[in-house]
Amino acid sequence: MLTLTSPVETPLHRLRAPAKLAALCLFTVALFALDRPAALGLALALVVALHLAQGTAFTRHALALLVPLWPFLMVVALWHLWLGDPLTGGSILLRLVTAVAAANLVTMTTRLSDMIATVERLASLLRHIGLEPRTLALAIALVIRFVPVMTTRTAQIAEAFRARSARRPGHRILIPATLAALDDADHVAEALRARGGAG
Amino acid sequence: MERNLSHIALFAALVAVLGLVPAVTLPFGVPISAQSLGIMLSGTVLGAKRGALAVILFLVLVAIGLPLLSGGRGGLGVFVGPSAGFLIGFVAAAFVAGLVVERWSAPLPVAAFAGSVIGGIIVLYAFGIPGMALSLGKTLPEATLLAAPFLPGDLIKCVLAALVTRGIAQMRPGALLSRG
Repeated sequence: MLTLTSPVETPLHRLRAPAKLAALCLFTVALFALDRPAALGLALALVVALHLAQGTAFTRHALALLVPLWPFLMVVALWHLWLGDPLTGGSILLRLVTAVAAANLVTMTTRLSDMIATVERLASLLRHIGLEPRTLALAIALVIRFVPVMTTRTAQIAEAFRARSARRPGHRILIPATLAALDDADHVAEALRARGGAG
Repeated sequence: MERNLSHIALFAALVAVLGLVPAVTLPFGVPISAQSLGIMLSGTVLGAKRGALAVILFLVLVAIGLPLLSGGRGGLGVFVGPSAGFLIGFVAAAFVAGLVVERWSAPLPVAAFAGSVIGGIIVLYAFGIPGMALSLGKTLPEATLLAAPFLPGDLIKCVLAALVTRGIAQMRPGALLSRG
């Protein structure tokens, strides 16, 4: 499965994941405390500079990740232009874009394996409430494996449906696809038990 | 234990796979994604606790950088964006949907539909709308206005959730952990 980590190696990839996550937390908290457009503009400039320092291919990839924000940005921009209050609207837009871009920057420069290691370390803090880090890591691995299996199985069921009917499969295959997935999950549970269990 | 684990992982994957289904556009131009159907099903099929765990597991995978949210979104950015409230609300939505099915002894499709409406719409919007208001600097009524067009699509998903839950109860009764 594809991850959002950038294939372009950057110096930021070499920083430790917990350090990057802590810095991101501080940055985001500070961002929501800032009010003045000038300060927010400065924060955005900082994030943009960090992106550009990683090269243009990296920056283009990062811009593509921001595309889903467009409808929200349009609504806010039009709203505040209509109210005649572009300054407040500008602050909101700056804060939103900066916060999302900064978080995406950490995602793009941290490998999945480093993220999983960090999650495991965080989970070990929760051990006393009954969460085994090993169980969590196993669950993560299971989901990553289940997603392509379910996609393939669902595509097969849809194909079989098209062979029988001229109608579009749509929601009609929802129940058979779910049942097939449940059966797969039962097989996985049996296999886990046969190999000494998940605990 | 193994069965609980694999079912929780399965429903986390189901939420992800339903997010990959291309969004259907309603006649008046609002896209509806199937993702929240997965949230409702996690609750109505797995029950409150396991349903919420499945959704938390899904969100952990999104946070560590897998593009599993509808539209191929993911990573840490989505947790500071306008839909962050909905993501947090997903957990509560699955929990409440499961709680309704567990506690209310009405016929299963009725309980599953009610659970999906209460959890997947009312509770979810109760988290999502304030989140959107905060992120976009809007008042609560303004944010509600922005979320309202999605209501018809969500009602369709509640009906589908009830139908699938009934289908599972009929054909794989052992898998219905919420009424187990």
